[in-house]
Amino acid sequence: MKHILIVGATSAMAEQSARLWAARGDVRLVLLGRDAQRLEAIAQDLRVRGQAVKTLTYVLDFESAVAIGALVRTVTQVAPIDIALIAHGHLPDQPACEGDLGLAARELSINGVSPVLFAEAIAGAMQSAGRGALAVIGSVAGDRGRKSNYVYGAAKGLVERYVQGLQHRLATTAVRVTLVKPGPTDTPMTAHLKLGGAKLADVGAVARRIVAATDAGRPVLYTPAKWAIIMTVIRNLPRAIFHRMNI
Amino acid sequence: MGRSYGDTALNAGGLLWATRGLDRFIDFDIYRGRLTCEAGVLLRDIQHLCVPRGWMLAASPGTQLITVGGAIANDVHGKNHHAVGAFGDHVRRLILQRVDGTVIECGPDLRPDWFAATVGGIGLTGLIEQAELQLRRVPSPWLSTESMPYGTLDEFFDLSQRSEADWEYIVSWIDCLSGSLNSGRARGLFMRGNHAPLSDGPSPRTKAKRVPLIPPVSLVNPLTLRAFNASYFHMGRWRAGYSTQHYEPFFYPLDNLRDWNRIYGARGFHQYQCVLPPEDSAAGVQAMLAEIGRSGRGSFLAVLKTFGDRAAVGMLSFPMPGVTLALDFANTGPDLERLFRRLDAIVSQAGGRLYLAKDSRMPRTLFEAGYPRLSEFHAYRDPGLSSEMSRRLMGE
Repeated sequence: MKHILIVGATSAMAEQSARLWAARGDVRLVLLGRDAQRLEAIAQDLRVRGQAVKTLTYVLDFESAVAIGALVRTVTQVAPIDIALIAHGHLPDQPACEGDLGLAARELSINGVSPVLFAEAIAGAMQSAGRGALAVIGSVAGDRGRKSNYVYGAAKGLVERYVQGLQHRLATTAVRVTLVKPGPTDTPMTAHLKLGGAKLADVGAVARRIVAATDAGRPVLYTPAKWAIIMTVIRNLPRAIFHRMNI
Repeated sequence: MGRSYGDTALNAGGLLWATRGLDRFIDFDIYRGRLTCEAGVLLRDIQHLCVPRGWMLAASPGTQLITVGGAIANDVHGKNHHAVGAFGDHVRRLILQRVDGTVIECGPDLRPDWFAATVGGIGLTGLIEQAELQLRRVPSPWLSTESMPYGTLDEFFDLSQRSEADWEYIVSWIDCLSGSLNSGRARGLFMRGNHAPLSDGPSPRTKAKRVPLIPPVSLVNPLTLRAFNASYFHMGRWRAGYSTQHYEPFFYPLDNLRDWNRIYGARGFHQYQCVLPPEDSAAGVQAMLAEIGRSGRGSFLAVLKTFGDRAAVGMLSFPMPGVTLALDFANTGPDLERLFRRLDAIVSQAGGRLYLAKDSRMPRTLFEAGYPRLSEFHAYRDPGLSSEMSRRLMGE
């Protein structure tokens, strides 16, 4: 029986990924979130989708280092974690953050500090067990700071640098860490962008690629794949040009 | 899913509730074949979940890319209507959320009046939030099928009648340009099928194709249609006989051709589906085919099927005893509407009705005459909800 931990399990990408894992059957899915009722609805759905699917849900404070450490210890006490996905996040209102430092601090914490603390705790547990696959959802926004979205971008940049460090540290072990960088995807987090006519990727397709990359232990996944090319261009644009762009 | 043919799910200038987010399963009792799920779950997801475990939707229409809520609200039917009834006949419970916040649970044995109003109630009694469905057992995903050509409507009715007792799935393709009033001719291909035990047949091609662009004019037009129908008929006649088919291509032939509606060009198409009571069905269908033949319009997608002799669950459900004819027409504007008026006259004279799920143009008088339980229905409407269709046909 595979032991799978999903952090931020009510996120659309996490839920779609969990469905793929559940459909394989014979899994124990541990779901972490903030809303017990929504977690239970998702757990119920996952139990129907696969045979021999066990679920366990936990609600915790995602910004408490103590709570994160304790929870990962609790989960690993039952069995080593085979697969973990860290998926929580919140798309900030960039102009609001510029005028409200408290808000900026909270956004940096939930999108940057919180996921890396989970990653640290889970990677440590996997290293002790000698195996495991950890996937962390970053973002194309972390590739270069842009005026429209740099609070989120900076937090995701922290996630990227942290994951790089973990990959370096674990390179000689059997633990694999994957950084997922989705482009704008059709989820509740981006519903307001869709209203504005943005073209968003299908969350089911994104989840299929997340699951495949995690299985394969791929270090970095851009999804949809075109974002690898787009972000190479954006990262390498000379400042003189970049600063004239309204992105 | 946004796949309604007509205006049941349109609300220009107002709010539209997209329910695809309500896509969770709640419970699956594998011993009794009872599935509870939210209303935005697709029929495809149910089939993919349940068929490998020996269960299948008891009734499903020609596409599985629709939601459970939509299937209930339109009380859709399938090729086995004569054997098992429509989708609503297999709903055990549903939960209705009204705009004022009240929640109504109903089923055939619990508040049956609310149930009868909501099944086929085109979404006007409240938002269907979740449903419990009774599935049917299947030994495998395979069907034993047989197809054969027919040359007249009498042959079609005769084949239907003789097949109903022994074949669960019956449907026929009809060449909508082949009929004439005097000759009694009307050619088509008759198909019937039953569930088959485990088979080693080849798995179906799952790679979906897509119509890549919207052509400037409809590819279905009087120039192409006659040739297309003739070659399809002769191909079918040549390939007639027994075969083993996977349920997906047999039930949902168009699901693997995404955006197929684009072949009708930017102006799109109308579906016209009617049911005629048994007494007048042969003469009525013959008269309709004659009208269509005269116009040279119509399309390749034309289906003729007899319904079972049973009362529908819903007050506004479409199925009733008789024969149903479904046709696509490329949208050519006013002259198409003139053809529809002539077809309406035949339906109306025969005491038939048009299918709300596919309508965006029927006159209110035809609606009122075709749906005698309409007066009962009004009391169950959610005053907070209306649609293009409800305003067009019910005035509010």
